[in-house]
Amino acid sequence: MSSSNEPARSYGLSLNLLRKRDFYAGGLMILFGLVMAMHGPSYSLGTLMHMGPGFLPTALGVILIGLGIAIAMTAVGVPDGEDEDILPAQPQWFAWACILAAPVLFIVFGTYGGLAPATFTCVFVASLGDQKAGWIASIVLSTIITVFGVLLFHFVLQIPMPVLKFFEWSLL
Amino acid sequence: MITTAISDLAHGFEVIIYDPHAYFYLSINLLWCFIGVLIGNMVGVLPGMGPLATISILLPLTFGMKPVGAIVMLGAVMYGAQYGGAICSILLNLPCHPPHAVTCLDGFPMTKQGRGGVALGVTVMASFVGASWGITEMVFLSPVLVRIALQFGPAEICSLMLLGLLAGSTLARGSPLKGVAMTVLGLMIGIIGSDIETGAERFTFGLTELDDGVELIALALGLFGVAEFMNSVNQQAEINTKYSNVRLRDMRPTKEDLKRSFFPMWRGTIVGSLCSLIPGTGPTIASFVAYATEKKISRTPELFGTGMIEGVVCPEASTHSSVQGDFIPTMSLGIPGDAVMALLLGALMIQGIVPGPQLISQHPDVFWGLVASFWIGNIMLVLLNVPLIGIWVKLLTIPYKYLYSSAMFFVCIGVYAANNDMFQVGEVLVIGMLGYVLLRLGFHPAPILLGFVLGPRFEENFRRAMLISRGDIMVFLERPISAVFISLCVILIAGQIYVRMRGAKKPATTAPAGNVEQPLAAE
Repeated sequence: MSSSNEPARSYGLSLNLLRKRDFYAGGLMILFGLVMAMHGPSYSLGTLMHMGPGFLPTALGVILIGLGIAIAMTAVGVPDGEDEDILPAQPQWFAWACILAAPVLFIVFGTYGGLAPATFTCVFVASLGDQKAGWIASIVLSTIITVFGVLLFHFVLQIPMPVLKFFEWSLL
Repeated sequence: MITTAISDLAHGFEVIIYDPHAYFYLSINLLWCFIGVLIGNMVGVLPGMGPLATISILLPLTFGMKPVGAIVMLGAVMYGAQYGGAICSILLNLPCHPPHAVTCLDGFPMTKQGRGGVALGVTVMASFVGASWGITEMVFLSPVLVRIALQFGPAEICSLMLLGLLAGSTLARGSPLKGVAMTVLGLMIGIIGSDIETGAERFTFGLTELDDGVELIALALGLFGVAEFMNSVNQQAEINTKYSNVRLRDMRPTKEDLKRSFFPMWRGTIVGSLCSLIPGTGPTIASFVAYATEKKISRTPELFGTGMIEGVVCPEASTHSSVQGDFIPTMSLGIPGDAVMALLLGALMIQGIVPGPQLISQHPDVFWGLVASFWIGNIMLVLLNVPLIGIWVKLLTIPYKYLYSSAMFFVCIGVYAANNDMFQVGEVLVIGMLGYVLLRLGFHPAPILLGFVLGPRFEENFRRAMLISRGDIMVFLERPISAVFISLCVILIAGQIYVRMRGAKKPATTAPAGNVEQPLAAE
């Protein structure tokens, strides 16, 4: 049963490669390169003298595929590094979700609710991502930032976003 | 030559300080400079906030300002953050800013011995000397560089850009191969949008919002804001403020301290200015090289790491002289050495100023005003850092949870304000996710910005060079100056391969700096 702790080592090169971070890093670059190189020629390549808009994207795509292959190749034959995990030791799914939700909420509330609710929800939700965040501290922080943000961006810098609005009705 | 430079510098001081139409005849630029250094110093102190994210957040706020004020303020954030970063390293042993990581090695032991104040005091002194040297270099070297560069045709500009991009991506942190891949990715992101010459829409995926290309601010904030926050949320080390009680009285160095730090300070300054002349080697490399040099020169190398004042002064002086020196290729040639410089160049372009050798003659106010503001800003920083040290030390205790969540709001409103368009906020979100994936895959996203900012100009000059040479790719090797740049590129790549091969054979001797690699890895 003790061997179940390290399954991939005994399966040879192919599986070993799948545990390497550089293998995926190279793969991602190859993917980006493929998109550019496949799509580039559709913008007309032109000639070397009169280059079309598609020339550089295609060339860059090919270069990136090459770099991607080179990066992936470095994963072969090199012993495992200290940190081959793509996810960090303690994945912070909740915190990541909070951070990514903040701009989404800013877009939604900014479009339908105005600057003040957008600011408040953005800061509040983002701050919940921290493990040590308390409800009250988060609310106080969000309120302070909202007041400051409205003063700075609405009144001083005059960004054309109403402070508060509800469908047709809007304040300031 | 020297007299013109000095009279131009005097003009710069006039731009920054004197305004006949303002109250007390003081120019508003002075205020922008002060705000810049204040914010810069603050984010430098705060663990977890970098100058890159700060400059990108401030960038949209500068749209309404005049170009001089905008670039003066954003530049001030950059060098102000260097002063603050030293405080964080010396008092908390937190290498939160890569250029100051090496300062931890001797700075924190000094703090533990109760000499943290002295370390900060000599750091401020060394920083000022280093910065002054860098600025002097900029005053006299830039006009010379410009005189040479004005004779460049599209082929030379193109090869110079290639050299800048290669150096910026291979000499930075991490694997050079990955750095180059990031630069190419940045060039690709720069291609998105309408083609300059034909107007063809490239890679917009049918989204009309992408016609003008990806927003620079959205890219910078996604990579250095959102992705950075995702990377460091809940990963913050416990902040130990046991030793960080520093008062003004403690900062006064003794005669012995001053004597010991005098020569290391100048050695650091020289190392920094040499590093800034090589494109792509920013302040981080300069500080590591300076520390290693100092250790080698010292009669007691074994005492390094136990609180040697030389180990604090030398890297700090080199960081500052390198930061100021980095502005030379950026402002006089239009070739940025690292991501921060690329961002500043982007800020200039947003203001409608075309970077390149013609900048100094076309916009003398911007260039000489910026140079003059460096000096004024550095004096302000000395004044800010010495008497107000207690306030900065207090800032160290602000928890990260307040920082990143407030910063998220500034990220959102910043990109929104750039175009008054919510689409850009979505752009930040997507780029942030991509940036985090890249970070986890071991890429450093800084070269993306380099490629992105230089990309359109590179393409334009490349096409023009090919048109002039009638499609002959050998033009880059036939023109002598261009050939020099290309051969430098080749030497750079060959050198990287050589170092790698040698490193693979005997891994123990790869790093010349030896144990100083440690804090960077922790960061």
